[in-house]
Amino acid sequence: MIFNFSDYADLLPLITNSLIAGTLLALVGGLMGVFVNTRDMSFAVHGISELSFAGASFALLAGTDVVAGSIAGSLVAAALIGLLGSKARERNSIVAVLMPAGLGLGILAISLYHGQANNKFGLLTGQIVSVDNPQLYWLAGISLFILAVLAVIWRPLAFASLDPEVATARGVPTRALSVIFMLLLGLAVAASVQIVGALLVLSLLVTPAAAAMRVSKVPAIVALLSVVFALVSVIGGILLAVGAGLPISPYVTSISFLIYATCRVVERIRK
Amino acid sequence: MTEISKNRATGKPVLEITDATLAYGEKTLWSDLNLTVQPHEFIAIIGSNGSGKTSLLRAILGQEQLTSGRILLNGKPVGHGSNDIGYIPQHRSTDASTPMRARDLLRLGFDGHRAGIPLPTKKVRDRVNHVLDCIDGHALADKAVGTLSGGQLQRFRVGQAVIGNPSLILADEPLSALDLHQQQAVANLLDEERQEHQAAVLFVTHDVNPILGMVDRVLYLANGRFRIGTPDEVLRSEVLSELYGTQVDVVRNQGRIVVVGTHDHEHHPDEEWV
Repeated sequence: MIFNFSDYADLLPLITNSLIAGTLLALVGGLMGVFVNTRDMSFAVHGISELSFAGASFALLAGTDVVAGSIAGSLVAAALIGLLGSKARERNSIVAVLMPAGLGLGILAISLYHGQANNKFGLLTGQIVSVDNPQLYWLAGISLFILAVLAVIWRPLAFASLDPEVATARGVPTRALSVIFMLLLGLAVAASVQIVGALLVLSLLVTPAAAAMRVSKVPAIVALLSVVFALVSVIGGILLAVGAGLPISPYVTSISFLIYATCRVVERIRK
Repeated sequence: MTEISKNRATGKPVLEITDATLAYGEKTLWSDLNLTVQPHEFIAIIGSNGSGKTSLLRAILGQEQLTSGRILLNGKPVGHGSNDIGYIPQHRSTDASTPMRARDLLRLGFDGHRAGIPLPTKKVRDRVNHVLDCIDGHALADKAVGTLSGGQLQRFRVGQAVIGNPSLILADEPLSALDLHQQQAVANLLDEERQEHQAAVLFVTHDVNPILGMVDRVLYLANGRFRIGTPDEVLRSEVLSELYGTQVDVVRNQGRIVVVGTHDHEHHPDEEWV
């Protein structure tokens, strides 16, 4: 039986941490996703997540903190992509080079690891609902940091992303912003990997904003819709997964995909 | 009064380029360039491809290091761009999915460089509405930028450049890719707006005709050398022949100017309009 909601009320207290983590990640993913899309960085997100996976796997093997390993991997990838791939085409090839390398290293580390099997699989495809307290503190810290920085740089980052030539002329420090954005993206990916897994990070950091951009061109509404779509996907995914006793990622990705498909249909109908 | 408006009132130069040279290795784009731009001046920068027109704009924006010389913007050495500069790029179409309306494009020119979250304040709304009045853009304001035609987008580009009340507007081939009628319309709009907002204009172009009526001076770049003067002083057969070092004819016909014999644009016959 895939869904079993009979003792749902008893389960809810157990997933409080997951719900808090999910809400924070949805906020971060929804907002960052707007810039990921306007800056044409979707593929880079995938590349970063594979290195984040490698970092986490090695941390698992070494017996150190998995979140720290995941962050380290993310930041290395973000820095490499940021430094070597300022142009979209260069960036795509660098990501394509990094991705299998990261995935391979991660699989190597996981194969050498002889601990709990649950954890292994979780890094790639997401967890069965269970976020412990230390993990939640990490996620909350990272998410709040990202949101705080975004609040400060939002307007110039939007200018630099939507209209880079004019932004540069107007004195917006586009290069510095792009470095800061890559740093934030690395952190956001590392945080998302903990919940939805490395392979499915795109469903949080790309899909909700891409869906929002199909149905609105008003910047504030796109940002708002993107957050709402991400929230519905993550929270919906967690609640359904609890009933089924399966990993949350298939639910998150399915909801996220359905929202995107719906938005495309809505866009088509309105034309 | 702000520093900028003081400058405008006292007639201090907006831009001072002194003994400026720009060279890449062996190739010198221009040398010992001296140009002082007064408030309200409209200067056309003309020259063949590769003569360093756009590089001059890039130097003013701090994106290109001069080999020697200096550039002052309102009395201060230029930095990496400035919110005292309005910038009009060449027309480039935007991806249709870009989440930006025409009015958002205007707003970016007003306060896009400032930190924080763009809240909808009355001050911003009034300013945007005022510029929409100026550029006759209300009907298009809520359209996605990606759906505007070339001429429509360039009108908003003019608005975006003036909305922050800059003392200097740099325009880099803003009329290319527009048809003749749109070229004239956008050029006229820019002229009206720079007068209303009291901004000086440096206008890079390969065709001086759409702006001939509004140009105060011409900076003509060719072969690493240059001439500065009024259109009547510079756009003459003997002046350009000397500049190019070959026989060049300037033909005036029905109020338009054509330069013949520069051999710069053999693959682009349309660009032989100066």
